[in-house]
Amino acid sequence: MSWKLAGSLIVFVAILFITACQSDENLEFKRYYSSGALVYQQHCQNCHGTNGEGLSALIPLLSDSTFLRKNVSSLPCYVKNGLKGQITIKGKTFEDAMPANDLSPLEIAQVLTYIGNSFGNKLSTIDEQSVQKNLVGCR
Amino acid sequence: MRNILIIGFAAILLWGACKSGSDKKALPIYGNRKPVTKMVDGKQVTDTIYQTIPPFKFVNQYGDSISNKTLNGNIYVVDFFFTTCPSICPIMHRNMLKVYETFKNTGDFKIISHTIDPKHDSVPVLKKYADKLGITGNTWWFLQGKKEDIYTIAEKNYLVAVKQDSSAAGGYIHAGYFVLIDKQKRIRGSYDGTDPKQVDQLIADIKTLQAEPDQMIVQ
Repeated sequence: MSWKLAGSLIVFVAILFITACQSDENLEFKRYYSSGALVYQQHCQNCHGTNGEGLSALIPLLSDSTFLRKNVSSLPCYVKNGLKGQITIKGKTFEDAMPANDLSPLEIAQVLTYIGNSFGNKLSTIDEQSVQKNLVGCR
Repeated sequence: MRNILIIGFAAILLWGACKSGSDKKALPIYGNRKPVTKMVDGKQVTDTIYQTIPPFKFVNQYGDSISNKTLNGNIYVVDFFFTTCPSICPIMHRNMLKVYETFKNTGDFKIISHTIDPKHDSVPVLKKYADKLGITGNTWWFLQGKKEDIYTIAEKNYLVAVKQDSSAAGGYIHAGYFVLIDKQKRIRGSYDGTDPKQVDQLIADIKTLQAEPDQMIVQ
C-alpha cells in the first residue's frame, strides 16, 4: 500500500470519527453560532467592536463571562429593548444607553450564542425557546 | 445637482486618498485652485492660489474658543459626529483613537471632531464623552458651535455631507470621513473613518505631511 493511499485512509477515518462524534446538540450549536456571527456583524459590531472590545468607558466590552452568566436570563431583554442605567463590567462602570434592536427571538438566540462563545466566553447554546421564555419577563 | 457635485467630489477625494499611498513623496492638494500672475522684481511670476479652510470659531470640550488661528502651525484631522450616534461614530472614534495615540505627543498635530447635534451635545456633554473615551490634554478637541456654521463648514469646506433626518438611526445622516488639513489649511486627503485600512493610510500620510518642508503659512 502506498503512503499516499494510507494517508488518505487515515484522513478519511479521522473525518468519520469527527462527524460521528458530532451530536445533534453540537450541530445546533454550530448553526446558531455561525448565524449569530452574521447578526453580530450587522447589529453589534459597530459599537462593541470586531473582537468584542467595546470602546473605552463609553461602550462595554463583551468578554465579561461572569456578567454574562449572572445575567443570562436578562440578556435577550438587553438585546431587544436596549439598556439604560449603570452597569459594571469587569470592574468598570458604564452609564450610556444602548439602543434597542429589532431582532426576532431566533436572531437574538443566535447572536447571544455567538457572543457567549466568542471573545473568551464559554456559555452553552442559548436557544430560541429559552429566549422566547425570557423575553416574556422583560421589564 | 449640488448633492451630486458633492458626492462626485468626495469620490474624487477618496480615490485620490487611496492613490496617494503609492506616492510617498508628496500628498496631492485638493480643492479649487486659480493661477495668479504678479510682478516680482520686475519679472512676471505665476503663482497658484489653493482652496483653504476659511475662518471659523467654535468652542471645545473645555469651554475654550477654538478658531482657525488656534490651529495655525498645526496639521489637523477633522471629522463630524454626535455623542448619541448609534451607527458609525463608535467605529470612527475607535479608529481615531489610533490616530490620537500615534500623534498625541507631537506638537504640531490636532484632531477636531465637530458635533452635528449641538443642541444635545453641550460643552459638558462633550467633556464627559472625551473623558470616557480617555482623551486628555489638547491634541483632540470636540467642538460645539452654531448648527448652521457646523453644517456649512462640513459641506462647503471639508466636503463632508451631513444632514438632519428623522428617519435615519439617531436622527442624522452623515458621512464618516476623516479629512486631513495641512499647515497652510489646504485639504490633503479624505479617508473613510470606518475602514481601519484607510485610517492606517491616514496615519502614514500625516507622517509624510510632517516631513514636508514648511512653506509660507497662510494666516
